[in-house]
Amino acid sequence: MTNKIGRDSSRFKQIVRGKIKKELRKYITKGELIGRKGRNVVSIPLPQIQLPRFRYGTQDTGGVGQGEGDIGQPLGKGDQPGGPGEAGENPGEHVLEVDVELSELAKILGEELELPRIEPKGKKAIASEKDVYTGIHRSGPESLRHFKRTFKQALLRQISSGEYDPDDPLVLPIREDKRYRSWKTHREPEANAVIIYMMDVSGSMGFEQKEIVRIESFWIDTWLRSQYKNIESRYIVHDATAKEVDQHTFFHIRESGGTKISSAYELCNRLIEEQFPPDDWNIYPFHFSDGDNWGGDDTRRCIKLLDEHLLPRVNVFCYGQVKSAYGSGQFIKDLRASFEKDERCILSTISSREEIYDSIKDFLGKGR
Amino acid sequence: MAYHERPRGGLTPELSDWARRITAYAREMGLDFWEVCFELLDYDEINEVAAYGGFPTRYPHWKFGMEYEQLSKGYTYGLQKIYELVINNDPCYAYLMKSNSLVDQKLVMSHVCGHADFFKNNLWFAKTNRKMIDEMANHGTKIRRYAENYGHEEVERFLDACMSLDNLIDMHSPFIKRRREKALDDDEPQRAVPRKLRSKEYMDRYVNPPEFMEEQKKKLTEAIEKSKNFPEQPERDVLLFMIEHAPLERWQRDILSMVREEAYYFVPQAMTKVMNEGWASYWHSTLMTTKVLTDDEVVDYADHHAGTMGTRPGVLNPYKVGIELFRDIEERWNKGKFGAEWDECDDAEKKRTWDRKLGKGREKIFEVRRIYNDILFIDEFLTEDFAREQKLFTFEYSKQSGEYVIASREFKQIKEKLLFELTNWGNPFISVESGNYENRGELYLVHRHDGHDLQQEQAKDVLRNLQMIWNRPVHIETSVEKRRKVLSFNGRKHSERTL
Repeated sequence: MTNKIGRDSSRFKQIVRGKIKKELRKYITKGELIGRKGRNVVSIPLPQIQLPRFRYGTQDTGGVGQGEGDIGQPLGKGDQPGGPGEAGENPGEHVLEVDVELSELAKILGEELELPRIEPKGKKAIASEKDVYTGIHRSGPESLRHFKRTFKQALLRQISSGEYDPDDPLVLPIREDKRYRSWKTHREPEANAVIIYMMDVSGSMGFEQKEIVRIESFWIDTWLRSQYKNIESRYIVHDATAKEVDQHTFFHIRESGGTKISSAYELCNRLIEEQFPPDDWNIYPFHFSDGDNWGGDDTRRCIKLLDEHLLPRVNVFCYGQVKSAYGSGQFIKDLRASFEKDERCILSTISSREEIYDSIKDFLGKGR
Repeated sequence: MAYHERPRGGLTPELSDWARRITAYAREMGLDFWEVCFELLDYDEINEVAAYGGFPTRYPHWKFGMEYEQLSKGYTYGLQKIYELVINNDPCYAYLMKSNSLVDQKLVMSHVCGHADFFKNNLWFAKTNRKMIDEMANHGTKIRRYAENYGHEEVERFLDACMSLDNLIDMHSPFIKRRREKALDDDEPQRAVPRKLRSKEYMDRYVNPPEFMEEQKKKLTEAIEKSKNFPEQPERDVLLFMIEHAPLERWQRDILSMVREEAYYFVPQAMTKVMNEGWASYWHSTLMTTKVLTDDEVVDYADHHAGTMGTRPGVLNPYKVGIELFRDIEERWNKGKFGAEWDECDDAEKKRTWDRKLGKGREKIFEVRRIYNDILFIDEFLTEDFAREQKLFTFEYSKQSGEYVIASREFKQIKEKLLFELTNWGNPFISVESGNYENRGELYLVHRHDGHDLQQEQAKDVLRNLQMIWNRPVHIETSVEKRRKVLSFNGRKHSERTL
């Protein structure tokens, strides 16, 4: 019985999934998705797939209701039409929330953007130890006693020795009956990764620019998390000086002032040196800015930092330039001049939300 | 019967005892129904059965999976719960929710008796297949086999198309013979022979020049072609027309017929929603309060009953409207509040205390349940007093506020709107005007517009599905914002033109 409906509903889910696939672009550019992230599941409200019919739109026809109220009074929120009979074809009513695991979402994202799986760099991945309870032992601590097995053994013994009385089914385990759970230790090689987000929060970065960074970071995070088991995120904001902040602050901070990008790169470099030795870590610095740096001197300093310190240590360094009304957008040009051919450095411009999709592909499409 | 193959939960001894007693009470009170088989299902099973429209052996389709997802989500979040499910079949099958309390089960069983009686006796159900459970199982088997033979995707795509047309049927056709019997020898077949002017033989070439004659002949042929209308009269049963005339494979024709058959099976339930629920509620209330309830169950019963009858402003609860109308009718016919004398009476006080002690109430409601459907029921028995007492109103979508607002409490408007909603069970009137439009084998449908436009986006998708089945360009004539238009789809692109 369950099989039959199971097939039909998984077919439905497949279709829905196809729908997600097609509309992923739309979801990616929508900020609200991130707000809905909870317990690793994203709820995507999906319009129920409605077979098309020749039918009237309820918005045109209205209907008949029952209850108190004066003419012109709006129907309450929960009392919108829809319900019994054939009524209720209005949009918004047939909304089905489909929960999609973030990992699933990442998979879809990967398929859609044709993102290659990331090859973790370096062989010196940390081996993690994990205890798995798989076996049964005759001895062990009481806290691991396997009740069912123990009981079974006792029953077995009592029956075979004729002690068992079905009318008075008292089963008493003795010491030999006791069974305990036991574990084996598995060693799993594990690649660690750290994402270091850097954002320019100088006066020229407006709300929309930050929103783009926020959305893009979410998807990058989702993807990288699907590729690495252990992932850390660090957040750096900078104007003329840089500081490390938490995630919330990173996305909500409002600063103003000048821009010295090198300050962020220096801090980033220090972070790597102190906490994330490149031999053990896959390092992904992402820097978002509107490309308006303080001056040529600082830009030269940035390039030097990148060239000598950052690029040799990271998997890939990504710079995303968000278009703003004020910025000159010079920075990306300077970077391009120096690192055009360097695979370790990926540059991408994001002029609007619609381009987030392509930009993610730029960043992650190399599989580094 | 394939249906019995799956082991299912029978009733507990206590419940089967109650089932026996309740059905006996119901028969005593005059209800007349086939044997009712009650089965006890848990929430997941009942959601599944409900998703299949009551027929667990139904053909596989993602739409049922979607219904199921929605029902089980709704149940999990505590938004809705199916108490019972009754199938119009002989014997009548009724599914009860295992987790219901005893008083709920009693109520539901009483309610089921009302439905079972309605199915058996209401005129509009007379032509439905009473062995539908078997029939559905057969459909399921056939469609599964087609899917094996012709590919799941292929069959699913075809089913999608068929299902999107399943409201294009003629709900009255089981009762009326609409088509003229085809006379075997029609009159002299019309011939395309142009009349010649009289002339001498040697002058003929000049009096009736051959080129002209040729032209005349062509015109005549065209006229004859045009007069051979196909179909002869507009065909309301679009599905039947497609089955008879669309260039389909055998399996496709078979699937289309099955979808059509199922659509006809379900139509009476849509046509009598208010009456059917009203009748069943009337009887659960009557049975429970006079026979079945024990003292300690009264509060629980009242609570459940009130829940079922609850109203929300945006929705007309068919249970509530139905039961109130039946009670109103019963009271009016008990007291003789009908007929010319009653209608002409202007004295409010006299009307209020009016009682001719006719005692014809019960008899009348039994008659009503036999011969009416929702539209007739409401048209005839929903009175101005009733609308006022029940606080009915019409609502409209306000473009300004983007919300639905109460539009009117005028009786005339309420009734108009209600009748409109019920006409053709809420579906637009669409018929086939021509299956050989422009003499190019194209399909031409006409939507008889009654003040409301079709939903445009969906109409386009339906055209796409129609075209897939008809295999030639398809058109529908309808009105869009008060302009008469023809929407077309030729297999590649949509177009529209204003008439």
